[in-house]
Amino acid sequence: MATYQLTINGKKHEVDAVPETPLLWVLRDNLDLTGTKFGCGMAQCGACTVHVDGNAIRSCSTEISSIGEKKVTTIEGISEAGLHPIQQAWMDENVPQCGYCQTGQIMSAIALVEKNPNPSDEDIELAMAGNICRCGTYERIRKAIKTAANRNA
Amino acid sequence: MKTETFDHKIYKVSRRDFIKSTSVGMTGLLLGIQLSCTDNSKKLTGNPAAVFSPNFFISINGNGDVTLIAHRSEMGTGIRTSLPLVMADELEADWNRVRVEQAQGDEKYGDQNTDGSYSVRMFYAPMRKAGATVRLMLEQAAAKEWSVPVSECKAKDHEVVHTSGKAFGFGYLAEKAGALPIPEESTITLKDPKDFKYITKHSSIVDLKDIVTGKAKFGYDYKLPNTKYAVIKRNPEAGAGLKSFTPDAALKVPGVIKVFTLDAPGFPTNFNKPLGGVVVVAENTWAAMKGRDALEVAWSKGINADYDSLKYSNEMLKRAKTKGKARRINGDAYKALSKAKKIIEADYIVPHLVHAPMETPCALANFHDNTCEVWAPVQDPQGVRKSLAEALGIDLKSVIVNITLLGGAFGRKSKPDFVVEAALISKNIGAPVKILWTREDDIQHGFYHSPSAQHIKVGIDENNKVTSWLHRSVFPSIGGTADSKSVEPSGGELSLGMIDLPYAIDNISCETQEAKTQIRIGWMRSVSNIHHAFAIGCTVDEIAEARGVDPAQNILDLLGGDRMNDPKLFGTENSNYGEKIEDFPWNTARLRKVIEIVKEKSNWGKVLPKGSGQGIAVHRSFLTYVACVVEVKVDGNNKINISKVDYAVDCGVPVNPERIKAQFEGGASFAAGIALKSEITVSQSAVQQSNFHNYLVARMPDAPYETAVHIIESNEKPTGVGEPPVPPFIPALCNAIYAVTGKRIRQLPIRLT
Repeated sequence: MATYQLTINGKKHEVDAVPETPLLWVLRDNLDLTGTKFGCGMAQCGACTVHVDGNAIRSCSTEISSIGEKKVTTIEGISEAGLHPIQQAWMDENVPQCGYCQTGQIMSAIALVEKNPNPSDEDIELAMAGNICRCGTYERIRKAIKTAANRNA
Repeated sequence: MKTETFDHKIYKVSRRDFIKSTSVGMTGLLLGIQLSCTDNSKKLTGNPAAVFSPNFFISINGNGDVTLIAHRSEMGTGIRTSLPLVMADELEADWNRVRVEQAQGDEKYGDQNTDGSYSVRMFYAPMRKAGATVRLMLEQAAAKEWSVPVSECKAKDHEVVHTSGKAFGFGYLAEKAGALPIPEESTITLKDPKDFKYITKHSSIVDLKDIVTGKAKFGYDYKLPNTKYAVIKRNPEAGAGLKSFTPDAALKVPGVIKVFTLDAPGFPTNFNKPLGGVVVVAENTWAAMKGRDALEVAWSKGINADYDSLKYSNEMLKRAKTKGKARRINGDAYKALSKAKKIIEADYIVPHLVHAPMETPCALANFHDNTCEVWAPVQDPQGVRKSLAEALGIDLKSVIVNITLLGGAFGRKSKPDFVVEAALISKNIGAPVKILWTREDDIQHGFYHSPSAQHIKVGIDENNKVTSWLHRSVFPSIGGTADSKSVEPSGGELSLGMIDLPYAIDNISCETQEAKTQIRIGWMRSVSNIHHAFAIGCTVDEIAEARGVDPAQNILDLLGGDRMNDPKLFGTENSNYGEKIEDFPWNTARLRKVIEIVKEKSNWGKVLPKGSGQGIAVHRSFLTYVACVVEVKVDGNNKINISKVDYAVDCGVPVNPERIKAQFEGGASFAAGIALKSEITVSQSAVQQSNFHNYLVARMPDAPYETAVHIIESNEKPTGVGEPPVPPFIPALCNAIYAVTGKRIRQLPIRLT
């Protein structure tokens, strides 16, 4: 067991955890940030996607000991200052069905548009192929990303 | 679908229960008793003493806030929105002033088993009536206040307005309406559909903002003080027991609290019993998982130790080639075949599949003082409640089942086994516990879609007419999961797309062969419609080719003239989804119409570049009529790209068109996964796949690029849309691939190389 000082959503948190504990379980079990979801535990489905220094990563496969000073942003952090344009587009396009994977989808989509404000279909598929949605909301995800990108333009 | 027992439970008993429960609620109002549970009123703002709650589903407080109960489980279909919308419309409530509250699992709400695509079908009419009754009471209360005839008072937009123009808000009237007797049923008038404000109109789901901001709560998001975390190591062979285990290494993992065993049920396992195994309880999820990794376990062998799904598939195929038990007979198919000028003969194979909802099974349970409260993503909360009472040996009244949002389900979460596990563990350790099924648990210990082998033989006469249809379907029955004597598909399972074949063919023989269930088989979205529609839809395309007729026209030819199909033709076993044939006849005109629409909208037969093609298939399932055209590109490397899907859908009154579209888009993607990628194989009774790297499902590049959903305007009784998108998509895709490549697809998943 070790103690970690984490910066999550702009706030400092002190957490006691075994070093190899995935960030996902620290967020969920220790900090009650339950917007980040478990889906596979091996970086296959994207439900657990969060940002570490602005990059979309799979928190289920990221050891807590690797975070150090890096800034972690979860869906809760994204939502603090009102809806992000991606979230707004998600609502406008009525993307979610069951909703479970959508926070991970949104985190992947935000990381995409913040680096590439006007992604092509190919860019979108490349960035989003790691996020599974069993309800099959993919068409609307693509549309929502484009909607947000167009508004930004 | 399900076993006959389940059919009975779902379709017959519960409908009466609903009516009974509503009238019980109304009696309560007469006595001046506030019948909605007291938690309701506490959660309401304004004066809680003035809550008007004439039935279990609707309450209005003194501020005019309307609370509507969603009693069906939300797994992504939008039902938590659609049925409350129906009530709100009839009530003339302003949707912005409506709060939707999830019911607990309780018989007083009537049927809550959210399964079989029947929520809207079963509850559209009762919900309308419930809303209209309360609307009338509000109008009566206003009339009384004003001392005017009730005919001069009309509810509109959260107010009751008098012909003179004066108005009372619902809030003002709530307490006064609560003092009135429940009106006679004959005095209740439903709205004219032209006055609908929400029904058939566009609406977003109530949980939309919570979902996109991460606030929506699913099964594993709930927690109580001192909650512990558990995972279970289970025998790879379903139902088989434990030989020995060593907990020492697990107990050394930091955070692990306790290791103990749960008994295995043997096989058949039944639907509601946990699989047993070795439980690891810890202070957090990760410690529980690491503790489980450290366990040393030796398993016993059970009666299915040698089960090998590929070998079994070959055995089933062999059986499918020989004459089986007759399940539907019209004329003499064998005789007609012997006289046929052309014969089409093909075999179809579909493997085991698993639901793999994004949220794996999980639950929070708190057992204390001989009571148990759970929070869990369940499709059948009343079934969960009963299973918990039985497993814990406590009274049903001592069990509370709170339904969380379901992170997908597709039939998996209609079984209560994982909730029972959580409760047994909580009882053992004397603390609240959350159980998590890892993805490996979900994929390796599921209730699998039944693997199948089918043989179809069709005869065409000298006039180019199809005169005979021989169809043999061999697959282990869902019933075999509960009853070892169930060794052949049930009539209910055959009614899912086989014996309800609508075509005007004089000589039909539908047959089955024995097939033993050797692993937990369950119902997965669309159930045996998946394999039946695949085989039939592809065969029909072969008939078109043999007849030299356009595939869409060929379907119309087979369908014949507009008529209500004589139910006698389907034989005695056709369940018609638990509905009377008089209420939901097999109307060939409705199928014809969706075929015509999909032809027009898809621009059927259009000229496409080399490497692209269209395919068509149709299927009525869950009483909804669907025609589907898939447009596909196949490149030089045999890479399949689904560029366009057109669906035409007749589901009666399209209650929530926006969600109907969503279900069809998603259903196409779900079906694309089945067609292109998904396969569960079992060797030595152990499932060979374990996670999304080897149980492949549709990802964005696999899903259709564009799905257009053409909904028929209709005043017919509404029917469900959760499952009907899946069955016709797969043969439509296969037929499109044939149009491009000339290769017939007879086995799933599709492998072109």
